[in-house]
Parts: sequence; structure tokens; C-alpha cells
Amino acid sequence: MMKLAKKDILGIADMSVDEINLILETAESFLEISMRDIKKVPTLRGKSIINLFYEASTRTRTSFEIAGKRLSADTINISASTSSTVKGETLIDTARNLEAMNPDIIVLRHSAAGAPHMLASLVKQSIINAGDGAHEHPSQALLDMMTIREKKGKIAGLKVALVGDILHSRVARSNIYGLSKMGAEVVVAGPATMLPRDIEKMGVAAFTKIEDAIADADVVMMLRIQLERQKQNIFPSLREYAQHYCLTRKNIKLARPDAIVMHPGPMNRGVEISPDIADDPGISVILDQVNNGVAVRMALLYLLSGGNE
Amino acid sequence: MTKQKTAKVVLDSEGIDRGLTRIAYEILEKNKGMEHLVLVGIRTGGVYLAGRLQKNISAIEGREVPLGILDVTLYRDDIATSNKKPPLGKTQIPFDLTDKIVVLVDDVLFTGRTIRAAMDALIDFGRPRMIQLAVLIDRGHRELPIRADYVGKNLPSSLWEAVSVNLMEKNGKDEVLIEEGS
Amino acid sequence: MNLLLKGARVIDPASKIDSIEDVLVEDGKIADCGPSVKAPPDITVLDLTGLIITPGLIDMHVHLREPGLEYKETIASGCQAAVAGGFTSIACMPNTSPVNDNRSITEFIRRKAAEANLANVYPVGAISMHSEGKQLTEFWDLKEAGIVALSDDGNPVMDAALMRRALEYACSLDLPVIQHCEDKNLSTGGLMNEGYWATVLGLPGIPAIAEDVMVARDILMAEYTKTRVHIAHVSTAGAVRLIRDAKKRGINVTGETAPHYFTLTDESLQNYDTHYKVSPPLRGEADVAAIKEGLADGTLDAIACDHAPHGRTDKEVEFEYAANGISGLETSLGLSLNLVHEGVLTWPQLIAAMSCHPARILNLSKGSLACGADADITVIDPELPWTIDTKAFHSRGKNSPFSGRLVKGRAVLTIVGGKIQYDGRKQR
Repeated sequence: MMKLAKKDILGIADMSVDEINLILETAESFLEISMRDIKKVPTLRGKSIINLFYEASTRTRTSFEIAGKRLSADTINISASTSSTVKGETLIDTARNLEAMNPDIIVLRHSAAGAPHMLASLVKQSIINAGDGAHEHPSQALLDMMTIREKKGKIAGLKVALVGDILHSRVARSNIYGLSKMGAEVVVAGPATMLPRDIEKMGVAAFTKIEDAIADADVVMMLRIQLERQKQNIFPSLREYAQHYCLTRKNIKLARPDAIVMHPGPMNRGVEISPDIADDPGISVILDQVNNGVAVRMALLYLLSGGNE
Repeated sequence: MTKQKTAKVVLDSEGIDRGLTRIAYEILEKNKGMEHLVLVGIRTGGVYLAGRLQKNISAIEGREVPLGILDVTLYRDDIATSNKKPPLGKTQIPFDLTDKIVVLVDDVLFTGRTIRAAMDALIDFGRPRMIQLAVLIDRGHRELPIRADYVGKNLPSSLWEAVSVNLMEKNGKDEVLIEEGS
Repeated sequence: MNLLLKGARVIDPASKIDSIEDVLVEDGKIADCGPSVKAPPDITVLDLTGLIITPGLIDMHVHLREPGLEYKETIASGCQAAVAGGFTSIACMPNTSPVNDNRSITEFIRRKAAEANLANVYPVGAISMHSEGKQLTEFWDLKEAGIVALSDDGNPVMDAALMRRALEYACSLDLPVIQHCEDKNLSTGGLMNEGYWATVLGLPGIPAIAEDVMVARDILMAEYTKTRVHIAHVSTAGAVRLIRDAKKRGINVTGETAPHYFTLTDESLQNYDTHYKVSPPLRGEADVAAIKEGLADGTLDAIACDHAPHGRTDKEVEFEYAANGISGLETSLGLSLNLVHEGVLTWPQLIAAMSCHPARILNLSKGSLACGADADITVIDPELPWTIDTKAFHSRGKNSPFSGRLVKGRAVLTIVGGKIQYDGRKQR
């Protein structure tokens, strides 16, 4: 018998290699269900899963919802608005109310880093962090690792380059933890304004030129640029960013010939990734990431369900 | 506490072979050949036995009978309430089951709950004409109204005893043991 | 009530006394102090052998929340916390609601403090109206009403021209200007110290330079205008260095720090516990070392706890939305005594930083046990081990990251104007 030695999935930082392997292997077994005509197993019949999203998200929320439904759980989506200025119900009160309705798992997306940790300490239900601020996005990193393993047969020994706004990216942080634990060499690149202070202490090499990061990379992961960062002078313009940090036919030649390209979505075509790279099935595995995302989230829901033994 | 367990061999390598050979003939006889016939082994022991049955049937008929693998974990009736999960194996049924005669293969038939789960799973893959059940050992103690169509050996046992099937493919040895449970 | 305190070690840095002496209190004043003071008839004699007598402790940076935010603290509850923590005098910051930017608020605070009749309360007035950094308040009027210093507290004066005018105008009234040094352009949006832990936690950082830049600016201002400035709650190594260099060059700058800045680092935030959220934020190990060094060499003059009581609802929220601050009056001495236990400070150094130095900065005739001085006295049991328990706080603010921490030494007797306002000797 196997079990996750945790009540919640809050981040990759506190996950062991064994746990990551267990989740990835379980997810691989779940892939087949999405290929069937009847894409449903009765495993979590009678379980309820609340997707509590304090931040707009189509992709992740849909993925968790499909994952829950394919396992026969009842999934309920709650889109809550979050604002420190508008005095609404506090997260604690929302959590206590939801707890009283006795769901089995709460999937939380929140703009405040640490919000899932707070919720997890307050309610008895399992909490899955579906992204908290710029902190972690564990299910995304797991689906990325699953995709890399599927395409490359392994993770250990690979060179993975993460390019873009590392400072504000929870995807980057979760992947840095996960990929490092699994034995990959992780490098990051972005304008100096997008590289968080002391990032090297997380065990990655940091570059301000995309070319330095993607040289000889096996995997190139491009991160989404958020336009509102321009107002904070994190970068001067999309035009200049695209000229120097866009993954193109030209600079991808620096990576290994069999390199794969990933993107957590949604993409800004022509800004961080050129369309012909994104759409090239020989290089881009972006749609495999989406497909694997459902399987990974099924695995998380499955492994966390069961309650309080 | 060390307790001396007494393990008794109830079926040896030859016995297993004989049983499987007989079952292969019985399957062909009952279904009048291998038209529409597919084998589905239940993870894990049933997969190896189904593989051997496939060989036996192919040897008799000169054609290969399709073979699928089924992991019933997701259909178990105790899975949602337990937070200890068995390792989840891949299910591989690379063919449509509609209108097929499916012979489910497992090593030991005990409470019948695994077979119930397996039948539910199969129906999610299509609408078979018929589902039959082949097991190496039937040890009794059914908790559901299920019975095997093909049995290698009936083995009356007490609830306290454990029946284990060792196979070359996983344990390096063919034998069926019965021992006192702890 | 007249008292004779016998047998304790008297530490009075202002008079350079550190020996076993008796202290006679008559009519609210120190009447005599010496190796063996004869007890007048009909006097209460307290045998304090094994304890330490110091001038009443002074915390020059406290938030009392009244008027306006009484659910966090009132002047009365804050004063109870003060005397329970060994403080006989406190200076309260103007960021109440409304802001203490006019005579009537100052008078209200003084009236409430007199009604509470526990500790001496010295209001700090706002530099600008509503602490908005635009229009100066009426310093003269505020001084007449009873303020002892000026500060816009958590809304530091970003406008350098306004700061210059404030320093000049305040100096002519001999009012110290206290600046919370934080360049808001550098810190906006930040939630914790910028560095490795902010990177790991994904929280926006507040760089140390946000503090350093402002400290440097204000030192230059004080130098140019020949005025003086007091730097509140110093948290960075850079600020310590700037103040040290400025003092060497004879610039009139003083500085304070708070116990959490020499006790905790930003690593404490790794579970997103909002009790560790303070402004300025907890910094790194090098900063903690520099703060201790600054206290030891006199660069930092005072220890003030920045007592910032909050209600549960202010802290039981997402880290991003949680209020800054620690309810500190009742833990300040216990935590600061660690500096003595660790050998960072001597007893007289610590007591100076918590009594005569803040008195000097605020121009208070306090912080001394000389004959004729106000009988503000703190009696400390230096060896008493105790566990910090927020539930036992007298303050309404139970927000402390130190709950459960074992410390050694606490105030057991707090005498204000000759009157015993807190007696914790039973706990011994």
C-alpha cells in the first residue's frame, strides 16, 4: 500500500522524491481514462471537491474540474473575489463555512502567497494549492515533470531552462524545487528586474540573456509575461521584451537538437514565444502539458481522498 | 513475536500447467472456438495467467487471441474511504469489447469483490456479448453472487489461512501455497 | 506612600551607580540612596535582596490606539501593559484615528492617561496634518498641549523639503523629530525583507535600501540644518553604519531599535505566520549582528519595542492583508535581557538604553535615581525564568510571535511617582 504522507498538497518544496514519483506514476496510469469513450471511473463517487478560486483561472480550474468529474466526484466551483480594500467575508470565515458543508477536498487558488497554508491549518479537509501568489503551483510543476519524463524518458541529468518573469512566477518556483529534486540542472533567465534576489541560493544559475540559459538545454520552459508589470517598470515595453527574450527559430538552435519547448499557458504569442515554435509538434509539447495536467490532478485527488484514517 | 508459519504446497509447477492447459481447452470448447474471444487479465497475478492462457489457446488454434490488462483499483468498493492506496497499474485494453466474449482471468477467487469491480470496469469499455471468469484457485468464502466458469483447482480453506500464488514471471517459481494467517 | 527598598543591586547609569544600596522614596521622590539608609518610622520596608533596582524604564515608541482603534488597545490597557512590562513612562505615536495632529487630541490622550493613572504617557505629535506629508501641524500649539516629539510614524515624510522645514521648525522649539525611515517608492507593495526568504516564499520584498536611503537623507538634512533627528526602529546593518559614521562626524542623530530586530530574522516567516509581520520587516542574520553591535558601541541609543497591539481580525488573515506589528510592552524587557545574558551588553548599558537614553532624547527629566528625582523605579528579578504567554498579556493586543518562548528575567515591581503600580512578586 502506498499513501501520501500528507493531508495537503501545498507545494513541491516539502515534497519528497518518493512522493513526486508516486504522483507521477499514478498520473501515468490515469492517462488512459481520458482516452476512453466513457471517460469516467467510479473511484471518488460521493466525494465532493470544492474549487475555491480567488483569482481568475480558466485552465487550472477546468483541469481540476475535469479531473474530479472523471473520478466521479462532485465538483463545485466557487469564484470568490478578493480585495484587501473591499471588506468582504474573510478567508477564514469562508473556509469555516465550506468546512461545515463537509467537502472532502478544497482546491484553492489565491493571489496571496501562503493563503493555502493558512487554510490548511484551519480546516480538516485536504487542501490542494492551485497557485498562491508568486509562491507555488505544485500541480503545474508535477504536470511539467510528467511531460518531461514522458518525452525524455527521465528527468535526472537534463538541463532545463526557465525563461521569463521568474520574480513573479509560482510556476518557476515549483519547477525549480521539483526538477532539482529529480536531479535536473535548472537554469533561469530574464531581465535583471525579473530575477528575484538570491535566486542562486535556490540552487539555480541565473542569466540575463536568454541565449546563455538555453544553450544545450534539453527543455526550454517559457513563462508568461504579464502586461501589468510594465507599469511597475519591471520591463519597458512588450516590444523590447519580445526582441530580446522571445523564443524563436533562431535562438532555439542553441538548445540541444532534440530539445522540447514548454509553456504553462496562456501564451502571449509573439511576445515570449514565436507562433511557429509554439505550433510545431516536433518541438512544442504545450498541448501534452494540458493533457497530462488532467491526469496529474486526477492523481492528486485520488491520492488525497480517503479521509482521516 | 516469531510464529512458525506452516506453508503447504497445494499445487506445484506441473499442477499449474495442467490446470491452465485444461482451462484453455474448456474455454475453446464452451465458446466453440475462439471467434469473438478476448482474454483480460486482472492485475497483477491474473495478467501472467492470462498470458499463459493466450499461449495455450494460440498453440491449439494457431491464431493469437487478443489479450488485455485490467487494473481494478479505481473500481474497488473500498477505495474512496481508504487513504492507503494500492499502487495504481496501467489498464491496457487496446480493442473494443463490444460484442466480444471476454474471459476475465485472475489467480485466486475469494470474496468476489475484485471480480465485481472488474465487471464494472469492463462495461465502461463497451458492451461485451458475455463475460466469463477463469481462475487458478477458487478458495470459497464468496461475499457476492459470483462463480467462476473455469477453475484450475478448488481449494477449500479457512478464513484464517492465506493462499498465495507464486509465478515464474514475478516470484521466479511456480507454486500455490496455503499457510496459516498471522 | 513612602517606601524603603532594601538590599537590591541598584543600577543607575545616569549617576554611574552599580552597587548594593537602599533607596528611600518619600512623597513621590527619591529621598535618599546609599549603602545603608536608616528607615524612618512608619515606613513600608521592602526587602529586595537578590533583585535589581533601575530607574523606571522608558519606552519611547508605543502605539496606544486610542482614540479610534480601542478594539486594539486603549490608553488604560496600554498603560497596564506598560507597568506590567516594567515601564514607568511611554511615548505614544500619533497614528490614532483621528491622527494626533492638533491640541485637542493631545489633550484627550493626556486626560485619558491621567484617568488611567498608571504610567507616565508622553504623546508624540504628527509632523504633518493627518500624517499625509503635505501641511505641517502646529508644532508650537502641540508642544504647549504636551507633546514631547514629532513623527509621522508609519507614513514617513517622503517630501524632503517638508522634512527640512519640519526639522528646522521643530529644532527652534527643541522638539525632537522621529522618523520611521522607509522610502515608500522602494518599499511599496513589499511584505517582507527582500532576500532569499522572500524569493522562496514568493512574497514581494522590501529592500534594506528602502530604510538606508531614508536614514542617509535624514542624516544629511540634520547635518545641513544643524538640527537633530531620531531614527526609529533601526532594522538594517546599513542604517547602523550610517548612524555610526554620522555620530563620528558630530551630527546630532540618535537611533533606537526594537527587541524583534535583534531577536528574529526573516527566516521566521517561512510558515507565513502573520505574527512575524512587522514594519520595517525582520531582516537577515548580518543585520541582527549589526544591530547588536550598534547597541553595544552606543550607535543605537535606545531600545523601544514599537508596541503595536492588534485585534485578532487584523492578524488572522492572508499574510498580504495582515497588519504590521507586535504587541511588545510585556516582552520587551525579557527579550532585551537576552543581550545581557549573551554578553552583548552590560547591565548598565541595557538599562541606559531603556531609561536615561530615551529620557535624554525626549528631553524628559526622567531616567535617574538621583536624590530629588521622580520616584519612577523598576525592580527586576534578573534570574526569574518565565514563559511568554500572550493570554496573560494586560494589553488588548495578543499579537506576539514570542508566545511560548522561555526568557530569563522580568520586572517584578513597577513604581511610578512613588506608587506601586505593578507588583509581580507573587510570581516568584
